[in-house]
Amino acid sequence: MDGFPILSLMLLVPLAGAIACFFVNAGTARAIALAATLADLLLGIALWASFDIGGAQWQFVERAELFAGFGYALGIDGIALMLIVLSVFLMPICIAASWLSVKARVGEYMAAFLLMEMLMIGVFAAQDLFLFYIFFEAGLIPMYLIIGVWGGDNRIYASYKFFLYTLLGSVLMLIAMFWMANAAGTTDIPTLMSYDFPAGAQTWLWLAFFASFAVKMPMWPVHTWLPDAHVQAPTAGSIILAGVLLKMGGYGFIRFSLPMFPDASAQFAWLIFGLSMVAVVYTSLVALVQQDMKKLIAYSSVAHMAIVTGALFAFNVQGLEGAMILMLSHGLVSGALFLCVGIIYDRLHTREISRYGGLAINMPRYALFFLLFTMASIGLPGTSGFVGEFLSLAGMYEISSWLALVCTTGIILGAGYMLYLYRRVAFGEQVNADAAAMPDLDKREWAMLIPLAAATMWMGIYPESFLAPMRADIEWLDQRIGASAPAGDAHLALPSAEARAAAIEAAHEGGAH
Amino acid sequence: MNDFSQSLQLIAAEEVLTVGGLILLLAAAWLGDRSSKAISIAAVAVLAICAFIAAPTLGEGLMGPETVAFGGQYTADAFAAFAKLLIYLSAAVALMVAPGFFDRHGAMRAEYPVLILFAVLGMNMMVAATDFLTLYIGLELNSLAAYVLAAFLRTDERSAEAGLKYFILGALASGIILFGMSLVYGFAGSTDFAAVRFVLSGPLSTGALFGLIFVLAGLAFKISAVPFHMWTPDVYEGAPTPVTTFFATAPKVAALALTMRVAFGPFGAQVDAWQQIVIFVALASIVVGALGAIGQANIKRLLAYSSINNIGFLLIGLAAATPQGASAMLVYLFIYVFMSVAGFVIVLMMRDADGQAIESIEDFAGLSRTRPGLAWALLAVMFSLAGIPPLFGFWGKFVVFQAAVSADLIMLAAIGIAASVIGAFYYIKIVKIAFFDEPVDRVAPVTQTSHKVILAVACIVISPLGYLLTPWLGSLADKAALALFLIV
Repeated sequence: MDGFPILSLMLLVPLAGAIACFFVNAGTARAIALAATLADLLLGIALWASFDIGGAQWQFVERAELFAGFGYALGIDGIALMLIVLSVFLMPICIAASWLSVKARVGEYMAAFLLMEMLMIGVFAAQDLFLFYIFFEAGLIPMYLIIGVWGGDNRIYASYKFFLYTLLGSVLMLIAMFWMANAAGTTDIPTLMSYDFPAGAQTWLWLAFFASFAVKMPMWPVHTWLPDAHVQAPTAGSIILAGVLLKMGGYGFIRFSLPMFPDASAQFAWLIFGLSMVAVVYTSLVALVQQDMKKLIAYSSVAHMAIVTGALFAFNVQGLEGAMILMLSHGLVSGALFLCVGIIYDRLHTREISRYGGLAINMPRYALFFLLFTMASIGLPGTSGFVGEFLSLAGMYEISSWLALVCTTGIILGAGYMLYLYRRVAFGEQVNADAAAMPDLDKREWAMLIPLAAATMWMGIYPESFLAPMRADIEWLDQRIGASAPAGDAHLALPSAEARAAAIEAAHEGGAH
Repeated sequence: MNDFSQSLQLIAAEEVLTVGGLILLLAAAWLGDRSSKAISIAAVAVLAICAFIAAPTLGEGLMGPETVAFGGQYTADAFAAFAKLLIYLSAAVALMVAPGFFDRHGAMRAEYPVLILFAVLGMNMMVAATDFLTLYIGLELNSLAAYVLAAFLRTDERSAEAGLKYFILGALASGIILFGMSLVYGFAGSTDFAAVRFVLSGPLSTGALFGLIFVLAGLAFKISAVPFHMWTPDVYEGAPTPVTTFFATAPKVAALALTMRVAFGPFGAQVDAWQQIVIFVALASIVVGALGAIGQANIKRLLAYSSINNIGFLLIGLAAATPQGASAMLVYLFIYVFMSVAGFVIVLMMRDADGQAIESIEDFAGLSRTRPGLAWALLAVMFSLAGIPPLFGFWGKFVVFQAAVSADLIMLAAIGIAASVIGAFYYIKIVKIAFFDEPVDRVAPVTQTSHKVILAVACIVISPLGYLLTPWLGSLADKAALALFLIV
């Protein structure tokens, strides 16, 4: 694979597919979109297989001087690799989820999704500051159209809110990027990651980046665009929003805020912790009272992302690994949950929880999958959610007991709202005749749910597959930020071997008396 | 004598324009309106010749004494060449889109191309002037032609109103500039840019400061910067659309180039005196342009406010007061010309089945389902004007803000870019109307091939493919900006 421009090819395949989709009829557009996303999935698997674990920090590097002011530079480390794999894994499922439910303007719809895929891969693969910004911002246009054209009843309000919120968040980041490029004399992200900016400037730069990533993540109190966007977006739009777009915020923190401004990150860790704690408790409670299934899952996403931000700023390896696994897990699980909602929405055309009930009777297979993803969302051992949440909380506990304590209540509340949702939808009396008459899963739905379920279990049972490519990068990051880590309130120092032996001896002597 | 012949060589483009314009004027008088199409084609040919004359100056980055003509009154350097090429391009577009529009009103006259040529001649003098008197003559020659063009649809009341408004306010602006020039002359004792700069290099007296402010205020009128922008929406709306296309592009390029020349030339040693004014005007233009556009129901008025908004971003480059800032402005101007051309050609294409122009934004509803090609072009223009990547409009804002940050104007850049989000609101509103709303199906299919071709070319430039132009565009703009800063 040496020298083969696989990342460019991964950008090119969806782009070509998107252009083709503009000019063909609905059936062909669906086929092209599925073929293009599957081709990208194969390329993604090839990328993962040929990624040299323990090799160079940056692999598959491509560079070309195409533009003035910034370079076309691609390259990935383990963190970017996993997020790219997540993106290409979810995309064919998105296309399949819209196979029948999208009937109007199919070509444009598929084109918008393929463009989204290209831009997402671009965000994770960009190695140039401004190339990253272009990919990061460009995603607004297709997402605006996806929500606005194919969304629900209140789609226009939701699309405006999504667009303006995220735009306002990210413009200041651009100014910060100009300042950084000026000060460091380069726009190369790997170089900037080891560049020491003056401590005074770091504060401002960190805040500018924070404005962007906090909105994208989204963190309380700038999360309000997310429930609207999620609820109004079509099923596949919600999967992509929850599965990948939210991860751009976390990726931004891990790629920019932490390594480039370690001092400011330590200085503002209290802010992140405070917002995360509020978010975990507040949005979990809000989720508990939702009547709309998508809104409930949207609020649960905010709560899960708050655990991610808390763990990212814990300044230790467990926290960083936990945050990454939790992001990947949340990408799979919340995507799957939105898909589960979409499956019954396609049958009954309502997201109102009270319109369902007792689905375990007439849709037992569906209920089984839904249960699995509910459990994964709660964080049951054996599912991906457990690994992510456990590592995250372990990392947080090292830096702040209070943070760990409050965030753990999020898990408990999460069990509350998810089980409550599941009980109302799948168990109980079949009060609604139309809901009771819904058929169980068809072949297409099986084909979408099985890979998601398999990946969720795989990540829960053998997370090493996913942690191994990221380990070296996370260790590098931990060392980079270690010097400026804030003092934690935990004193975990294990007693030395002699002290332990002495203690055992003392205990023995005590027993002898 | 030798000096004189060299001067005549330097103004070859202007000579071609003058002679071409006069011959075409005679031809128009002789042959009448039947010949208007042929005369338009001839006028485009004249512009093409001028472009070939000006292009090498820019390519070689000429500057310094060998480009100065008539003892310092006129400078045909790379900076002037850059602006001239953009002006020729805009004028050629205004000529090419005109027949399709005026024929429908039965108002295509042979004077139209001739007036455009004389306006271009005036603008040529504006961008190359290095003396206040040359500047004023160029400005007036351009303005007089423009007043007539605004009122070109004689039977249309709105057009006549636009012409009158433009004339009265334009005359006022000219008066203000003239007054400022006389003050500057009074305190500096010369009208030559280099001499004025030399005299005004020390502490600035109050009188000279007033002169500077009056000159800049008059120029702000011409570029329609806040607080001198009030005429713009009315004139844009009333003038025939091909003329509006022209007003939105060529005179803006000329007036901005002139403003740069004046700011960095005679007042180049007094940056502190005008920098705050420019910062205020830039931010005010961005905010007023964005807020004013929100309530507009007419697409031409909306584009007028959008141009005020864009002028604000351009002036951020001027506020930086560095060669990088000047280069950024030129890059932005290039992109702005293509965005404006695309925007107004779309307006020209919006016609109902009877051939009546559709200017109400509400009538675009559901355009993406009835006329998808046009709707996607509209989307590209709107997101480009809003400066959303990956469209090329983003690059204009990119270079301008980069220049501002490099010049340590970080607060200006932060406030300006935050205010650009206000502007994004009305751009996405148009996209919403065209894409999300139920179709009303009022826009008829486009028949004009010339419009389609121009729109296609402009859309390719503002599409992400435009980024491939950046190395070439950047190096040309740098050459032009260097020439501008050479006057010492």
